[in-house]
Amino acid sequence: MATYFEMGGYAWFVWPAYAFSAAIMVGLVVTSLTALRRDRKILDALEAANPRRAMRREAAAAATANSEEATSDA
Amino acid sequence: MRVSGAFLPWLAAITAALLAWGLYDGLLVAPPDYQQGETVRIMYVHVPSAYLSMMIFGTMAFASAVALIWRHPVADIAAKASAPIGAGMTAAALATGMLWGQPMWGTFWVWDARLTSMLLLFFIYLGYMALWAAIDDPERAGKAAAILALVGSVNLPIIHFSVEWWNTLHQGPSVLVSGGSTIEGPFLRPMFIMIGAYTVFYFTVLIWRMHQEIIARRIRSLRLLQAQG
Amino acid sequence: MTGFMDLVRRDIRLAMRQGSGIYWTLMFFLLTITLFPLGVGPEQAILGRIATGVVWVAALLAAMLSLDRLFQADYEDGSLELLALAPVPMEIIVLAKCTAHWITTGLPLAIAAPFMGMMLNMDPAGFLILTGTMLLGTPVLSLIGGIGAALTVGVRRGGVLLSLLVLPLYVPTLIFGVIAVDEGVNGLGAQPHIMLLSAMLLGAIALAPWASAAALRLNME
Repeated sequence: MATYFEMGGYAWFVWPAYAFSAAIMVGLVVTSLTALRRDRKILDALEAANPRRAMRREAAAAATANSEEATSDA
Repeated sequence: MRVSGAFLPWLAAITAALLAWGLYDGLLVAPPDYQQGETVRIMYVHVPSAYLSMMIFGTMAFASAVALIWRHPVADIAAKASAPIGAGMTAAALATGMLWGQPMWGTFWVWDARLTSMLLLFFIYLGYMALWAAIDDPERAGKAAAILALVGSVNLPIIHFSVEWWNTLHQGPSVLVSGGSTIEGPFLRPMFIMIGAYTVFYFTVLIWRMHQEIIARRIRSLRLLQAQG
Repeated sequence: MTGFMDLVRRDIRLAMRQGSGIYWTLMFFLLTITLFPLGVGPEQAILGRIATGVVWVAALLAAMLSLDRLFQADYEDGSLELLALAPVPMEIIVLAKCTAHWITTGLPLAIAAPFMGMMLNMDPAGFLILTGTMLLGTPVLSLIGGIGAALTVGVRRGGVLLSLLVLPLYVPTLIFGVIAVDEGVNGLGAQPHIMLLSAMLLGAIALAPWASAAALRLNME
């Protein structure tokens, strides 16, 4: 087992390479998901704080095409 | 969004499964290389990230062209959401490349054509993200970033060509023996599994980020509405 | 065509009137060149070997120095919108402004380059090629820089962002410019590199104004 982790003497190169790759990937996942959760909460709060129907109708009329189209197309 | 929402858990599960399989195959099953020894295992994380760093930029350039020509907002969002993933992959490719270079070439960094153009690609990613961040209005920022991505995609081959040219004229015989054609089956399989895993990983994170961006834009337009009273 | 020349003349006059234009560019050029021997050490052999690269890098930075002003002033005082209303297409306007930028930066830099080379113990055989490649290369810098300037025109303090956007795109020009001089001095012939530089210049003239004009248009919406 210990010899395996030594990686033929290259442990200090192999494992950091894997660790760095893992760190990048975990970092991407964590930042993406926290941002998604945070924004979802903000949106829910915004929609809850406002009279929903009126808000929606207005939003549909005035919101930039991007958010509307994006939601229906994606 | 409903469709992609239903896909997501599956995509995440496939990513995890492929990663687990690739890591098992690469770290435990595959033998050490007779020349490079155990360091060959760095390849299984180095090559997929290098591949993704270029594939993602290609996707961004394509999405930018779609955004500019057909003004399709999802293309815009896809390009924006891709950039941090691409930058991360480029950083991973550079870091793992350096860690591979030290035992193989005896130095962390050589001004090799591939490393150098990878570094420049990293700068282009950073510039792209900085441009998005610098312009407040998402519509304007999107168009500006799309122009930059297209200019970058025209320039990248020229940059790569010039760096290769420069390299052959400046570099002594110290540089790498390209692994390309000599890789054999037992090394190839984990590499392709990892490439697949990384690709699915990209799409998973991409959908998360696009989802978030769409929500952020809706928040923005709701707030604008509120401000207008 | 008269519109083009008028615009070039106007921009040059403006750059001159501010007094700063050419003077500061050359001053910066000289200052950066001075720093290299101080950093690397005064050994003539080493300086002679790196001279071409140092001169090119310094010129590249000096040419970038005035880039953020390329469209900024006209954007702020509204004359860019007036120009956009003119019958001249935006691409021509961009080309004119880049030409003026080159005449006030690249051209003086190219002329000054051999003198900087002398200070760095550069092989005199390379002086002519150095100026020649710079005459071909610096317009590319102005044109590509124009894209960056147009993209960041509405951005507050866009200078640093501009350099991040533009510097990676400058790499091919730098590489071919330096190699042409080195190979010329070594007697291997600068011709292929000069051809490549010329091709890049033509490509930049054909493509860069489109990108810059598109960027300017969207920033004026």
